[in-house]
Order: sequence, then C-alpha cells, then structure tokens
Amino acid sequence: MASGARLTIRTKEADPRAAALLADAHALGLTEVTAIDVADLVFFADELTPEHRARLEEVLVDPLLQTATWAAPSRGVETELLPGVTDPAATAVALALHTVGLPPVEVATGKHFDVQGPGGAPVDAATTAAIARRLLANQVIERWAPAPLEPSFIDTHATAEQSVDHVTVTTLDDDALQALNKERGLSMDLAELHAVVDHFRGVGREPTDVELETLAQTWSEHCAHKTFRARITLEAGPGAGREVTPLMKQLRNCTDTIDAPFVRSSFVGNAGILCYTPGVTVAVKAETHNHPSAIEPFGGSNTGVGGVIRDVMGAAHHPIAITDILCFGPTDFPADQLPEGVLHPRLIESGVVAGVADYGNKIGLPTVAGAVLYDPGYLANPLVYAGCIGVAGEGEWELPGPQPGDLVVTMGGRTGRDGLRGATFSSATMDATTGDVAGASVQIGDPITEKLLIDVMRECIGLYHAVTDCGAGGFSSAVGEMAEGVGADVDVALAPLKYPGLRPWEVWLSEAQERMVFAVAPDQWPAMLAVCARHGVEAVSLGTFTGDGVLRVRSGDLTVLELDTKFLHDGRPQRSMTAVLPTPDRSLAVAPVCADHAATLLALLAHPNIASKEHIIRRYDHEIRGATVVRPLIGEGHDGHADGVVLAQPTDSHGLAIGIGVNPWYGITDPERMAHAVVDEAIRNVVAVGADPSSVALLDNFSWGDPRRPSTLGELVAAVQGCCDAATAHRAPFVSGKDSLNNEYLGSDGARHAVPPTLVITAIAHHPNADLAITPDLKRAGDVLVLVGRTAAEFGGSHLALLASGGGAAAHSPVPAPDPAAPARYQALHRLLRTGRVRACHDLSEGGLGVALAEMCMSGNYGAHIDTLPHPDLTTALFSESTGRFVCEVGPDDLAWFLDGLGEPAVVLGNVTAGKALQLPGLFLRVEALRNAFQADAVHGGAR
Amino acid sequence: MSKPQAMVLAAPGTNRDHDVAFALELAGAEPRITLLEELLANPAVLLRDTQLLVLAGGFSYADALGAGRMWSLAVTHRLGDVLPQFVALGRPIIGICNGFQVLTRTGLLPGALGHNDSGHFQCEWVRLQAPASKSIWTAGLDPIECPIAHGEGRYVHPDVASLAANGQVALRYSGSNPNGSVDDIAGVCDETGVVLGLMPHPENHVIPRQHPRHARGTAAGLGLALFQQGVRYAQAIR
Repeated sequence: MASGARLTIRTKEADPRAAALLADAHALGLTEVTAIDVADLVFFADELTPEHRARLEEVLVDPLLQTATWAAPSRGVETELLPGVTDPAATAVALALHTVGLPPVEVATGKHFDVQGPGGAPVDAATTAAIARRLLANQVIERWAPAPLEPSFIDTHATAEQSVDHVTVTTLDDDALQALNKERGLSMDLAELHAVVDHFRGVGREPTDVELETLAQTWSEHCAHKTFRARITLEAGPGAGREVTPLMKQLRNCTDTIDAPFVRSSFVGNAGILCYTPGVTVAVKAETHNHPSAIEPFGGSNTGVGGVIRDVMGAAHHPIAITDILCFGPTDFPADQLPEGVLHPRLIESGVVAGVADYGNKIGLPTVAGAVLYDPGYLANPLVYAGCIGVAGEGEWELPGPQPGDLVVTMGGRTGRDGLRGATFSSATMDATTGDVAGASVQIGDPITEKLLIDVMRECIGLYHAVTDCGAGGFSSAVGEMAEGVGADVDVALAPLKYPGLRPWEVWLSEAQERMVFAVAPDQWPAMLAVCARHGVEAVSLGTFTGDGVLRVRSGDLTVLELDTKFLHDGRPQRSMTAVLPTPDRSLAVAPVCADHAATLLALLAHPNIASKEHIIRRYDHEIRGATVVRPLIGEGHDGHADGVVLAQPTDSHGLAIGIGVNPWYGITDPERMAHAVVDEAIRNVVAVGADPSSVALLDNFSWGDPRRPSTLGELVAAVQGCCDAATAHRAPFVSGKDSLNNEYLGSDGARHAVPPTLVITAIAHHPNADLAITPDLKRAGDVLVLVGRTAAEFGGSHLALLASGGGAAAHSPVPAPDPAAPARYQALHRLLRTGRVRACHDLSEGGLGVALAEMCMSGNYGAHIDTLPHPDLTTALFSESTGRFVCEVGPDDLAWFLDGLGEPAVVLGNVTAGKALQLPGLFLRVEALRNAFQADAVHGGAR
Repeated sequence: MSKPQAMVLAAPGTNRDHDVAFALELAGAEPRITLLEELLANPAVLLRDTQLLVLAGGFSYADALGAGRMWSLAVTHRLGDVLPQFVALGRPIIGICNGFQVLTRTGLLPGALGHNDSGHFQCEWVRLQAPASKSIWTAGLDPIECPIAHGEGRYVHPDVASLAANGQVALRYSGSNPNGSVDDIAGVCDETGVVLGLMPHPENHVIPRQHPRHARGTAAGLGLALFQQGVRYAQAIR
C-alpha cells in the first residue's frame, strides 16, 4: 500500500467462520470451492515505527488464540466497510490506542479471505469475483478487491457547503410535478403534490429542498399511514359503492367499544400502554423492518430491533423483552432461479438472525417470543417484525409535552449520512436495482450506545417534559412531531456529527441510529447533563421549543426550513382509494386426500414452518434479567416449542404472557377468516400458559402488497374486519399497530410479486401466578388427554393442503372459521388452569391435532395412547386446523373435575404412556421417529 | 454483623450487573453497581470499603477486538495495582462470562477464551460440577444448573493437566460440553483460590422458578449456592 500499515490477525485453530462460509458457498452452487480461510484486517492510515507496531500487537492480538502479521498478502480477496458505515471495531481500536497511551492514528477494519478450490489451489479470478460479490461482501455496506485492498479512510477534514436550494414547484404542471416527484424520490401522489403547491403559493415563495424532503418524510406511507387513514370506496364485487370507515378508525372504534379497564393509552404516541397491577404500566409495540432487511439482512434486522426498543423508550418505558417474527423464502431455493438482484434466502436468514441476536444480546434484553415462516412469496421480500415490551412506574409516561422555552435535546448516537430517506424508501416498491440505489438507506446498529441511553433514561425520570425516538425521517420526524402545535427553532449545525462535511438537509433527515430527542426545561438541563456524563453519553441542545407553532430549522444563521406545524401534520389531503373485497369460497368442506397418515404426520413435523426452530432460538439470549419463566424452548430436553412465553420478575408472583398469531396461507385464500384466526391463535397462546383471557391486549402488524391495487386493498379491508370481529368477540382491544405496505418486487420481466397477506398479531396478557405457568410437554404416564374445542373439516391454507399441493397456495376447503364458543371456552379453561391442577396445555395450530400430540410427546419424552378421535374422518381428526382448540393433560382423578369445569363437551382422547410411542387408531409412531422428523432441519439446514 | 459490601463492576455494555446484584443480595451481601469509569476515577474505594468484587457479564465495549479486550486494557493500564492488592488481601473476586474474559486477558486468571466451536452465540442450560480445587467459591459445592449465553466461551489453556493438578479447575461442564472448552472447563481460579472466572451464569438461577423444567417439578442445583459460598468467605475474612 502507498502509505500506512496493515495488520492481519488469524485464529490459531480453525476459524469457525470458515466452516459457515463454506457451507454458504456450497448452498449458492459454488461447489468447486473446498475451503474459505478468513482473517481480520486492521488498517492504519500512517506508517508505524517497529516499537509502535509491537505495542499495537500487544493490544490487538491474543497470543494464546491468535497470530498476526504486518506483511501484505499477495493473493486472496479482501473486504472493508464503506466509509461512513458504522465500524465499531475501528472505533474500539482508536479507544484502545488512547487507553494504552499510544498516539492517535486513523483506523479502518476489514476481512481477508483465501478461497481454495480442488487440491487446495486458489480458485480462478472469475470464481473469486463471483464468491466475493455473492457471499463475502454485501456491496450495500462493503466493498471488495483482490488482496491487498487499498483501504479508504473517512475524510475527517471534509467541509460542506452550508447552502439551501429553492425548488420551483408553484409554476409546474402535473407532468412536471410527477417528474419532480420521481426525480427526488418523494413517493407523493398528485393530490399531495397539489397540496404542497397550494401551500407555497399561499406563502408566496418556493419550498426549500429541506422543506420538500421533510414533507415527503412526514407524509410518507411509513410515517403517515395514508392507506390506513384513507377514504375507501368499494367498487365491484360485494358491497359495491359502499364507503368503508377508514381502517385505523375501525380498529380504534373497536378498542373504544371494548373499553377495557387495563388500557391506559392506545394508538397514541410510540406504543400501547397497559396497566395490570397498581403502580406499574406496560408499554408494547411491534414494528417491521422489511425493505432494509431485504438488501442488507444483518443491518436491517439489527436496526429494526434497535428501532422498536427506542419506540418503547420513546413511550418513557424501560425495555424488558424483545419479540421477533421472521418470514423468508425457502432456504433450499435453487440459487440459479433467484430473481435478479435478490439475495439468497439462506443468506437473508443467517444475516437477519445474526442481526437480531447481535442487537438483543448486546443490549441485554431477552428475545423471548417469535415465529419463523418460510414461503416462496417471501423470496424477494423477506419480512422482519420486531417487538418490544417495557415497564414503568405508574404515571411516569404521562408527560406534559414540550413547553415553550424547553430545550430541544438530542441524546445518544452521532449523526452521519446513514439511512437518508429511509421512510420514503420503505414506502416504495423494490426492484433489481434497489440494493444499488438504497445503499445509504441501510445502517448498522450500535446496541451499546442504546443500552447506555436506557441506563440514562432510567435515571432521568422527571427531568424532561417529552421524549421521542429518532426513527424514520430522523430529526425531521422526531422534532417535527414534538413541535406540533408548539413550534421549535433548531440549529442543525449544533448536532454532533460522526464525521464532518454534512449538508444541513443531511443532518436534518439522517436516520443515524440510537438517538432520542427530549424536551427539557432549562433548569433541569444541568441535572440531565450530569447523568449523561456519568454514563459517557453525549447530549446536546439544538434549540428551543418556541410556542409560535412554527418549525424553524437553521444551520447557523442560514434558515433552511420554516413550516407551519399545522400544515406539516394536518396539510396532507386524505387519500381516496378503491377496494374490491375478496370472495372466498367457504362452501365446500373436503379433506385433501391423505393416503398414509403416519408418513403425513412425519412430513408435517419436518415441514420448515412446523419443524424445530431451536437452531435460531438458541442464538438469542432468552435468560438475561432472570425473568423468563416459560421460555420459547420447553420440556424435558428443552427442545419443544412453547405456545406463549411468560415473564415475571423474580420478586413478583404475577407476570406477563406473550403470544404470537400469524398465518399468511389462510390470508391468501380468505383474509377475513385469516385475521380472525390469527387473533384467536395469539390469544390461545397466552391462555394456554395460564394467562387471564380477560386481560388480553393486541398489537396488529400488517405486511401487505401495494394497496393502490383494489384487490390488494380489498384483502386489507377484509382482514381489518376480521381483526375487529375477533377483538370484539374476545373483548381484547388493539392498543398499537403498524402497517408495512408495498412489499412487492418488480421483476425485470415487468411482473409484480407481492408478499402473501401477512398479519402478525401479538397478544399480551396478565399472568396471575407465574409459579403455576403451564407448558405443553407431557408430565406423567397415566394422565388423561382431553381435546377442548370443536373439530370440523377445515383445510383451506392448512399445512396438510400445503403438503398436498407441493407448497403452492391451496384452496381445498374453507379457511378455519371463527368459533363463537371460543371466548367463553377460554374463560372456563382459565379457571381450571389457574388452580395448577392441569399438568399440560397445548394450543392446536398448524398441522392440527396430530402435530400437537406429537409435540407434546416429544417435549415431554412420553408416549400417548389415543383411542378416541374428535371426528369420524381420520384426516380431519388429525390434520384439520379448526380454531379454538387445546389439548390438556390432567391426572385421572381430576378428569371429572376438568370436564365439569369446561361447561361444554370435550373429547377424552386417551392416556399418556411411559412407552415412548404415539399410538392412534391405525397409527404407531415412535417418539424418536417424530423427533428425527421435527429436528431434521435444525441439524441439516436453515440458519447456521 | 453487617453484610459484606460487594462491588458489581459494570463497563459500558455490561448487562448482567442487575442480575448478579440481585443474586448477591439473596446471598446476604450488600451489592452496589459501580461504573468502570467511576472506579477508574477513584480506585481507592475498592480497597477501602469493598469486601467482594464482581466483574459482571455482558458485551463491554460491544466486545470489539475480542470479548473483554477493551475492559481489560482499561484495568491493566488505568487501574494501577488495586486488583492485585485486593487479591493479596485475600478478598474474593468473581468474573462471570465477560468478566471471566476480562480476568484472563489481564492475567489474573490463566488461559484464554476463544470463539465457541459452533462459531456463534449460544444460549442454553448447562450442568456444572465442582471438582476438588483451591477455589473458595466452588470447593465442595454441589452440582448447579444455570444458563450459558456467550459466543466466546471456549476455554483454552496450554497445559490443563498442570492446571488441574494445581487445583485451579473450579468448574466443569457435566453431561455435555457446549462450546468445545478444553477438559470441559467452565471455570478456573487463580493460585490463591480467591479469584474465580466462569462462563455460565449462576446469577440467573437463584430462585427455583427460574429453572426451565420448573413446570415439570424439577428443582435442581440453585446457582445461588455459589454466591452464598463467596459471600460467607468475604464475611469471614473481614
């Protein structure tokens, strides 16, 4: 290299990353590769003296584990993070130099790879390039070059023009407005553009570039939920001509009607807020981070987790747990059939899981509840849902809001060019070039900085009037929202920067992570600064809340934005949209042909959606905080899936239960019944662990295709109807939600591929006695197994139908219908469960009774002898997915008590046996065979 | 008799400080969480009024450059010799997970901790058995069960036979070895026996309900016992 120095650090023993890389290379079809050796690189911008090098080696190399060299390699391929991408290793080296008293030097980090072919020979240049491009470097955040790579260091002396551009809009015709919209990536429709034009005609000037960008962010689908607030008219099909109540209003109305006593706040601010016990409130929130995860899976899921934790912090609650629901394409999808520009599902899965694990584990929160789904519909558009739960003392979250004279304080991470225009990006359709143009939209998180923010906030209760997180839109959204009605005057030149050279609009719109904005009275500011100093957290006042209702942004003396907050927040015209409702066939109830029930049960257990997720769950710390009572993995071998999870502080007798419901396969056929079914499933999950069904609150997260297509919007309308019906039936209010629309991929052939309608419902409920939390694993031979609920032939979207159709959408018979008796059943069951006399309880979902019984046997390491079935047709009895059902295990002496307490007929299926086999009429399967099927994927495939 | 004062040291990114503080409280100590920078600013407090020191688990400085590296540099270069003095006074130190990694890197404990042989972070429950050793924390302890939660926990030592012969193997994984540690070693102590480092988290099993098979009626070895033994020792030497 021209100047400077480089240190290559290798592990002495085989680097475990090498084996994983090799497996990925083979999965991508690069079968000529026989080994990939990996080493870490540290680049220094300056020449170093021999003494300096020796001291650096002492600092950076562990002689028991590693070897190092300063020589530049002559072969291999190398990668480095692009300048400006968060590089914690480089930051740490700089801090290490300071700690040991070495002079500062600019540092960058990277990786070195030696790719070997047959016989250990290096592979040719073309293969090297292919593997670098497809596996070793994600060009959204990294670059690669044949070794030795010439590192790039960030320009620490850059300057930026502190100027503002005015954009002519007031004289443009519609075509010119549309062209401007596309050129600037504003993602506005014509009515919105007209509103902007009208506003600035009234003001008598053209908007600045900063104003235009701020309006685009604030009015984006991501921030403004235009579709959920739209006026929707039904055209064609059922109810044609009828106007539908805006979707968000339907959900809110439903919550208002239920009027649950435990809801403190719903659909306001950053999270829903509940109160189950005097003195404590609970904040709940779930979010999606789909688009970023598609192009940079690690950074996308990583910052998705970080973002939803900040939502809970922004609701002035202390985070205690994380949830994640992940949807991927099939991980064995042929690499040569992938759509152009799309990452292989295997790489997306491993990157997303690593990103969730990195953030959750490092910030110190247990990742407790979740689901992982696989479907070809997620090939180009993987979905990543992350949720967070927090607690606070009663009233701590009830803040007065920014007062005139309060300081506008930014705290936490510094601002860089990260994630510019993320909100508008996430509201657009992806295509083959998305990864190229959206690079700046993706960021890598810094969980330690956010962890310190949590610590600071815990000590700052009472020191601030308002708080919100910097999410999509950055300061523009955070300050813009807080200033609503009161106004603010901020100087972006005061914001701490990661590196110099940012223009004012870049500072204002940056989505750099780990930042919170506070409104702080000047007399409280010194106390807050003192807390920040103690924890080493940076906090700076950017200006004041003014009281004049105007949002004013300056860079020094240069005004770059001056907008009436009323226009910013209320000036967007309501969108008018049309929908066509789906017309699912619910008449025919026919079971798919099932020739061999034993083989089918094994095939279901081995199906990626049902099979063990242990290989993913174990990557997450679910133990930290010591409050996880029912874990995601349960049973004798800790290898069965729990229905819901239970959290309870070690010092508390009561706790919280969390359940997840999701089923896109129902959604393809019948979105309304799907929504009802997944609400029911989420509630069943918390009921099954012993939580109180009278205390359930719900979160809705919709990931859908482009709602401007009337049929897609019609599916959304139907799903919201199902949500409201189910919530009303169970008296379980929605308290927060989020929609991610436009999850579509525009193929290079011009075809659009939308995700299946994917509604994730999170249920949170109070658990009255965590000591008596119930798990699904069988506990004792001789106990009696009882099926609670009604069974009918309902196979639409079932996993049996998926198997029968070879993975495609299946329309065999109706999607499982709501059971009107379910709410009363859950109440009755809860009264039985809370006595502690029911030994196991498992809810029935994908794969029906057959899968549920198999899971109970495997996790309990017992067998079961079943002699009575709930339906004369064996296929229906075993594999129908009728909703509202549970299998319970009770002692023989408790059977009469249990049946009596249910208050409705139930099916006494048979007994738990010490012999480790599941016996059903006409079926005999050893538990070992069940387990081999269930755990096959955990051993051979999926994420590393 | 007043309770022993226990300092739970937390660097930026330490995240099991509250868990271990709770365990120490149950074990009869009076814990207080001290930030690393506060101790660096006033190291004397350690010798003056602390009877027991904990280096708690987590991801100090994001584990950049290797788990525990940055924290150990701060201890080695900025804390002076108060830790060796603390040991010389015979006062017990325990480093858990990230704290163990720090203690090996500072040389207070032998060996090193490499990446798990799986190549990634693992969270699972393990059974630990305490061989006869010099450790005041674990000698005579009944087997305990508790979780691991780490990515860099594979214990490495060039001469485990001597280490064991010298009574410095304080804990072994019993049943299965989760990370490829040499000789199934989960924890080691120093020559004097007062300093213990271990990768698993006994602080996450201090009440029976925390055991994953609690719903199955299992009541196996509380990790609390280890803290009780350390606290009793700290109490006795005052």
